[in-house]
Amino acid sequence: MFLINCPFCGEREQSEFKAGGEAHIVRPKQPTELSDDEWAEYLFMRKNIKGIQFERWNHVHGCRKWFNMVRDTSNDQIKAVYKMGEKPPVK
Amino acid sequence: MKNKYSIFTLIKNAFSYHENWEKAWKDPVPKKEYDAIVVGGGGHGLATAYYLAKKHNMKNIAVVEKGWIGGGNTGRNTTIIRSNYLWDASAGLYDHALKIWEGLSQELNYNVMFSQRGVMNLAHNLQDVRDLKRRTHANRLNGIDAVYLNTEEVKKFCPIINTSQDIRYPVLGGTLQRRAGTARHDAVAWGYARGADEMGVDIIQNCEVKGIKRNGDTVEGIETTKGFIKTKKIGVVAAGHSSVIANMAGLKLPLESKPLQALVSEPVKPIIDTVVMSNAVHAYVSQSDKGELVIGAGTDDYVSYSQKGSHDIVEGTLNAILELYPIFSRMRMLRQWGGIVDICPDASPIISKTSIKGLYFNCGWGTGGFKATPGSGDLFAHTIANDEPHKLNAAFNINRFVSGDLVDEHGAAAVAH
Repeated sequence: MFLINCPFCGEREQSEFKAGGEAHIVRPKQPTELSDDEWAEYLFMRKNIKGIQFERWNHVHGCRKWFNMVRDTSNDQIKAVYKMGEKPPVK
Repeated sequence: MKNKYSIFTLIKNAFSYHENWEKAWKDPVPKKEYDAIVVGGGGHGLATAYYLAKKHNMKNIAVVEKGWIGGGNTGRNTTIIRSNYLWDASAGLYDHALKIWEGLSQELNYNVMFSQRGVMNLAHNLQDVRDLKRRTHANRLNGIDAVYLNTEEVKKFCPIINTSQDIRYPVLGGTLQRRAGTARHDAVAWGYARGADEMGVDIIQNCEVKGIKRNGDTVEGIETTKGFIKTKKIGVVAAGHSSVIANMAGLKLPLESKPLQALVSEPVKPIIDTVVMSNAVHAYVSQSDKGELVIGAGTDDYVSYSQKGSHDIVEGTLNAILELYPIFSRMRMLRQWGGIVDICPDASPIISKTSIKGLYFNCGWGTGGFKATPGSGDLFAHTIANDEPHKLNAAFNINRFVSGDLVDEHGAAAVAH
């Protein structure tokens, strides 16, 4: 349990948010060209990092907007929050 | 040869105030090389080592564990054992485990306190009723005992359930697997450790894996906090940390590790003599032999390795518990904890070879691995020893995420994942 600084609303309880998984997974530009291995990689394979992870969150019980977060998954400390489409802060 | 545990050894040791019991397993220094190494000393890992030694005659093997054996999810789960899964592949896998459970205490000469008190799954809406009925039929076609109960029969089987039709999610019925039940989780780890140790398996605790050494597409050994250990076969059974180990070998797995919480109440006199699970409201409860209510909560939706969880998850579960069991309204909770579970996209495990020769993974058990401990160990040992899956775990290979042949137990498996 932790507080999240929504880039649109400010600091709110984590229970207001929904985690959306790993960020910056690029949707395939040519889906028809993809091999089964590439589909598996896109759909299912995840870094699942213990440490600094980039992920998407949605303020589902607030502004309902998506944004990105950099979080240390080993202790749940949030390192940075940034809007969709923005470049992730350098590590 | 270890002394067999019996009523006589118990009496004999009582005279020396139980201070002279033989150590159940040694504390060996790692050898330079093993024929196989199991990474992870939880129930599944120790069972794997036990069956490798017992059924496949591999005696020069080791289990390496970064903490103490049974200190991870083996000691953190709610000990529920059942096999009422929907799909054929799952039914085969989990019922294989259940059949081993039925004779496990005798086999290990260690009382794992397996108690077939039954597991009841509740239906709270019309779709639940249809799903549960469908599942009982599927179970019975697979030779797994299952019956559907109406509301009155649910009330008769577990009288403290609030079956009033006025509550938010009324009980419309349920299923019952009588062969299901609970076991003592620590005893499972300790029993397998003792059995494996007796056959010559080295159980090495406080030994964290730091790297996997590869030569091309073949494994050569593991780097650990106790030095390099050479081996040709590595079986990884690291639960929530499976992805961490996979990354060391340059592999990616279809897993997300999330905190799953459980809690126990203060001990009270016997009040609930079965296990009751509810998918729709996400509450499940049983009572331990000490008298504590054992309550399983849900997983958080974010990746975390912190072994904590969110307060609102516990709150939601306790709300549901109180509506179903108003009698518990003044119970106090004693402890709450989290374990890190590795969840697959289809909520089914992976017991599989990998693209790297000599590297095997047994992971993805998610929120429900304890019940499968003996079967998982047995099938993983088979896979490692023969470099081929057993027919019961063939469907649980890692390539199913490429082929699309998933074993989708999400929501089908009688519990919310």
